[in-house]
Amino acid sequence: MSISEDAAGGGAGSIARPRLEASSPRYGEKLIRALLGLCALVSVATTLAIVISLLVPTIGFFGEVPFVDFLFGTDWAPTFADATFGVLPIVIGTLTVTFWALVVAIPVGLLSAIYLAEYAPSRVRRTIKPVLEVLEGVPTVAIGLFALYFLRPLFEDVLPFLPWSGPFSVGVAGFAVGLMIVPLVASVADDAMRAVPSGLRQGAYALGAGKMTVSLRVVLPAAISGVVAAFVLATSRAIGETMVVLLAAGATPQMTFPWQVTESVQTMTAFIGTTATGDIATGTITYDTIFAVGALLFVMTLIMNMFAIRLVRRFREVYE
Amino acid sequence: MSPVSGGPAGRTRLATAGARAATVGALAGNGRRDRFAGAAFLALLLLALTVALTGLASLLIWAAIEGAPRLNIGLFTEGPSSLSPETAGYRTAILGTVYVIGGVIALIVPLGVGAAVYLEQFADRSRWWNRFIELNIQNLAGVPSIVFGILGLAFIVRGPFSLGFVAAAASMTLALLVLPTVILASREAIRAVPPSISEGSMALGATRWQTVRRQVLPAALPGILTGVILAVARAIGEAAPLLMVGAVTFVTVDPSFFEGGYSTLPVQIYNYATRPQEVFQVLAAAGVIVMLVVLLAMNSFAIWLRNRYEREW
Repeated sequence: MSISEDAAGGGAGSIARPRLEASSPRYGEKLIRALLGLCALVSVATTLAIVISLLVPTIGFFGEVPFVDFLFGTDWAPTFADATFGVLPIVIGTLTVTFWALVVAIPVGLLSAIYLAEYAPSRVRRTIKPVLEVLEGVPTVAIGLFALYFLRPLFEDVLPFLPWSGPFSVGVAGFAVGLMIVPLVASVADDAMRAVPSGLRQGAYALGAGKMTVSLRVVLPAAISGVVAAFVLATSRAIGETMVVLLAAGATPQMTFPWQVTESVQTMTAFIGTTATGDIATGTITYDTIFAVGALLFVMTLIMNMFAIRLVRRFREVYE
Repeated sequence: MSPVSGGPAGRTRLATAGARAATVGALAGNGRRDRFAGAAFLALLLLALTVALTGLASLLIWAAIEGAPRLNIGLFTEGPSSLSPETAGYRTAILGTVYVIGGVIALIVPLGVGAAVYLEQFADRSRWWNRFIELNIQNLAGVPSIVFGILGLAFIVRGPFSLGFVAAAASMTLALLVLPTVILASREAIRAVPPSISEGSMALGATRWQTVRRQVLPAALPGILTGVILAVARAIGEAAPLLMVGAVTFVTVDPSFFEGGYSTLPVQIYNYATRPQEVFQVLAAAGVIVMLVVLLAMNSFAIWLRNRYEREW
């Protein structure tokens, strides 16, 4: 580029240099570039379509149901003849499942990640890391079935003093979702800890620190934003999980406390999944309700994802 | 306050804090107690890893035991039936999955690889819209699958596309859902091809596209293939968005792509699982075995492929 500028501004007396610009306009090249750009724009169009498809019915919904009644109401019965639209019970259901999922996934995932990143011999690591990746691909329907038919009876045998009743339990569903997201937590946190420069570790070892001190006091704080990003991504995944809660948590919208693990609850995703399966007429209030709940779910996960992306980006800036 | 708040200063602070912790630990003189704590900590780590692996391993074992009685050829050749559940199978659901996934592959390969090539080789990162596209893809990767079901219902089944509750609508919905996976993996693969390769090619007079087609894409192929296989595996196992675009209908005749009812394997499994009779539970578990065998084989192959062809340039 600089050469061609020189040639243009060289003035009289300078020798004509070869120009480095293409001798033909290369329309084909431009066309290909435009086509590839269109492929990239599909994702933007998808987001736009999601926002539009959520927004239009949601506005219709809030034309009939006051915003405050929706967000703070404690009675959820949108498909009844005498319908009420307080979304809190299904939000609480979602949060309870998420809470128990994180209680399982954070310690198990984080400790596994510390082992993989700091302790495991490279051969063990090379075996376990792909296994975790494969397990990340287990379909959620399978995990839901496992929770309903295997974990639920197992929990009743192990903890017989709890008031078990019926096939559904929010605690079991949460546990199953937790198992499902362990590989995600472990692999993101492991990547974060592996990215910590080894100079930090070696410095601490040189001063006589043990392996536990190095892991917990040096590597973990240094990787904290990546580790937190793993937790946030896991939370977002647990909030959006549908099939496991549909199969194992039941469909009873009710306000429960997190320790009432044997209760059946309905989550936001389960509401959408059960209600939208019928051929509901467009424009009815039930139809609009699905989209209003979907919009709430979308906003919740979007905030968490943006937060996680920022954390990971900051982490990369420090070490790469 | 986060310890990694920025740049070399943050790093120095971390190093200092670590050094202090190390020195305090070493000079405190609790040698034996430290060794005990260290051993206990390692035991805890191993316990966590064991829980993680056995939890999911027991899922596989449970499915194998529970579904074994129904694991026969009828599972593949018989359609679903509520009247004679003893002989019901997954024929129509498996065919439905084949149709839907065929459509998904046809959509995600050109769109995903095209987007990745654009972002890595053509896009000018100093332009805000290119950075916006990147952020947008990262965000889409985290949107819950059920929200894609809403999109499919409002935009593809009804609305602008109005395809109706058919397999093609399911293909489009799932394609949009897994597209970010393909794009992110393909970008990673393309980025791993060193710039010197494409610079060399262009120095010899090749255009950008010739360089991409003849140098970059062949070198990035294993990585791209891994991304595509992982994405397809995810699409095969996905049920939630399909509940909303019509896959729950009870289909007893073989499906087609653009018209008529369809179902897919995971949705059919869900369908059986929600029935109270014991015989359907066994049938559902047998379906899980079929699905898991296919998916685990695909995932293992994809990861093997990536590790096998990982090149040091």
